[in-house]
Amino acid sequence: MRLVSDSSKCSGCKVCQTLCALVHFDENNPKKGALKIEGKFPVPGVYEVTVCNQCGECAAVCPVDAITLHGTTWILDRDTCIGCMACVTACPIGVMMVHPDEEAPIKCDDCGDCVRYCPREAILDADGEVKRMGR
Amino acid sequence: MNGYAGHILRVNLTKRTHTISPLPEDLARDYLGGRGFVAKLMWDEIPQGADPLGPDNKIIAAPGPLTGVFLPGSGKLEFGAKSPASGGYGDSNIGGHISPEIKYAGFDALIIEGVATEPVMLVIEDHNIEIRPASEYWGKGALESEAMLKNDLGEDFQIATIGPAGENLVYFACISHDFGRQAGRTGVGAVMGSKKLKAIAVKGTKSVPLADTKATIEVGKKMFEACFEKPGFEEWTPQGTAGVTDWVNEVGAFPTRNFKSGYFPKHQFINGEQIVTQIKVTDKACYSCPIPCGKYSHAKTPKYDVHVEGPEYETIALIGGNTEIDNIKDCAYANYICDELGLDSISAGNVIGFAMECYEKGVIKGEDIDGRTLNFGSVDDFVWLANDIAYRKGVGNVLAEGVKTASEKFGEDTARFAIQVKGVEWSGYEARYAPAMMLSYITCDVGAHHNRSWAITYDVASGRDVMEGKAQRTIELQHIRPLFDMLCLCRLQWVELGFELDWYPQIFKAVTGREFSFEELLGFSERIWNLTRCYSLREIEGFGRSFDYPPARFMEEPITDGPTEGKFMPRESIDYLLDDYYKLRGWDNNGIPSQAQLSKMKLEFAEPVIAPLRK
Repeated sequence: MRLVSDSSKCSGCKVCQTLCALVHFDENNPKKGALKIEGKFPVPGVYEVTVCNQCGECAAVCPVDAITLHGTTWILDRDTCIGCMACVTACPIGVMMVHPDEEAPIKCDDCGDCVRYCPREAILDADGEVKRMGR
Repeated sequence: MNGYAGHILRVNLTKRTHTISPLPEDLARDYLGGRGFVAKLMWDEIPQGADPLGPDNKIIAAPGPLTGVFLPGSGKLEFGAKSPASGGYGDSNIGGHISPEIKYAGFDALIIEGVATEPVMLVIEDHNIEIRPASEYWGKGALESEAMLKNDLGEDFQIATIGPAGENLVYFACISHDFGRQAGRTGVGAVMGSKKLKAIAVKGTKSVPLADTKATIEVGKKMFEACFEKPGFEEWTPQGTAGVTDWVNEVGAFPTRNFKSGYFPKHQFINGEQIVTQIKVTDKACYSCPIPCGKYSHAKTPKYDVHVEGPEYETIALIGGNTEIDNIKDCAYANYICDELGLDSISAGNVIGFAMECYEKGVIKGEDIDGRTLNFGSVDDFVWLANDIAYRKGVGNVLAEGVKTASEKFGEDTARFAIQVKGVEWSGYEARYAPAMMLSYITCDVGAHHNRSWAITYDVASGRDVMEGKAQRTIELQHIRPLFDMLCLCRLQWVELGFELDWYPQIFKAVTGREFSFEELLGFSERIWNLTRCYSLREIEGFGRSFDYPPARFMEEPITDGPTEGKFMPRESIDYLLDDYYKLRGWDNNGIPSQAQLSKMKLEFAEPVIAPLRK
């Protein structure tokens, strides 16, 4: 499983963010989704969707080793995390997400639900193991 | 209360104060949300006889219990205010992302009252509320001011604005959001302008409480999967609503040359295919929508270079067919002009088509318009007049109050071809040979708008000469479609994909914990339909049957060419439809709900107002 995005297909619906937060926090709150969508309007009029590429830069700067490698995925242990947010600054693509009600940042764990439910197939598994539902 | 953010925000622009109060449980219980909240709050709060553009009118903006939740199409917001166009009930809904944002900020309704002395904007950041000066944005276009505010406040704010048309109190000014979404109809933008409210900016971080999170995930996922499986998911989406353009011409229902005809010979140059091949940049969705109908476009010629969302079908019909602008780039350009000025492109196309016919007939003369021309087919003429309407200059100042008022001022039998009902301009379906669609337009609670009942396909399927059963179907649709506006969901999954209605009670139960059949949910919708009728009865002197007729053109003039050439709908046919409709609704022959009907709808509180109106 390697998440990649194709921004040219994104329509900005935020289904990915809403489902991500629901699955990981049991909350209907897209602001807790572990990926980023930016609208570039009025010009040029496109969306940019950014997903975690599991580069591990976050883990490299974590002072308490709260982010550890499981297979190919870096997982954040929210109980170990001290909320210093060093990883947020270190993330080269800005997808260590922050929410005012959460002490720890929010990190993608490669669950694949965004791939399964992105209506536009703008988020994909480069390994082809996970596909949009119905494909 | 699950499904609800739990609070109402009330802002008084005169006093520059605000209050946050708990959402009343009985309001949620009996009126669900969205359009239901709008109708009830308008009835309760706007004083009888209020000037639509005065300090007593209020703007109500309400999401619904399913807004912002994980299910297909949960991004709609209902705006409501007493309409300057009709003088009666007015509402208009908008997509994009601002409705979920209002929920995430913690509100199920915004009530905006009073009038500011200087231009202001309302900034909502969770429960931090500010009324800020907005003079630097006043006078700017709707799109331009949204871009400025995104820059000044932050990209993560969702912003609704008005353009110059709203500031100048044009009766068909819209509220704009998300660079191309509009609450277009009934003049809600003018009400915002009358309050000197340039913008509403919202950012929220809270969660929507769910009765059953596990069930919401399960049902929501199944709903998306069901959408993915529909053939229309792949086939309909690329062109969006514009995809229907050819079909509407095939059935002779495409507004052309100020509704003289139902067929535009050049329709293939302004259809959905032209959007895809010539101008589309991005498929643009509202919140949580799997079938993005927004076609964000770039139209460039030596004369202009514009980015615009659309044109969608209604704009193609009213700007393309009705003013005979015969290529997609010019339609997109005219669409952009309307969006930036903050004009509803439906009414703008209708009003300018009317003005073009007035010019053709010599009612508007060259000397009335500084020697300029006003010819069908001219995008330049469209654009100068749209500007003059928005800034209320010259003849534009007369047209700024819509075709009904303009025809009263012009006289000379122009009311015959002022294509409106209740003061609101007719939208994109010529209905002289479509009885259910005709009835849908003339009985629509906000004026000649298609969205309460889109019955043209039913007319074609059931027989266009058949009159029996048309009232029944119109009523069914008038309950189904406005139910979406109460829940604040988009109806296009159902309309365009054939998405099953049975899904909605399931997700409603998962989110709110309340169990209803779809039929029972429709009961809420019927109550609101009766309440909005009562509202207009209360506010408009003499309101009733006489307000439910189309213009004389539709009853007396045959369609000039195309598949429906020669067709018109005589007054006797309209009377048949209305008689059947009122009877089925439990309304008297003048279109006034009976006491028994009000009681059945649990609207007894309206009886003292309505009783004296019955004869």
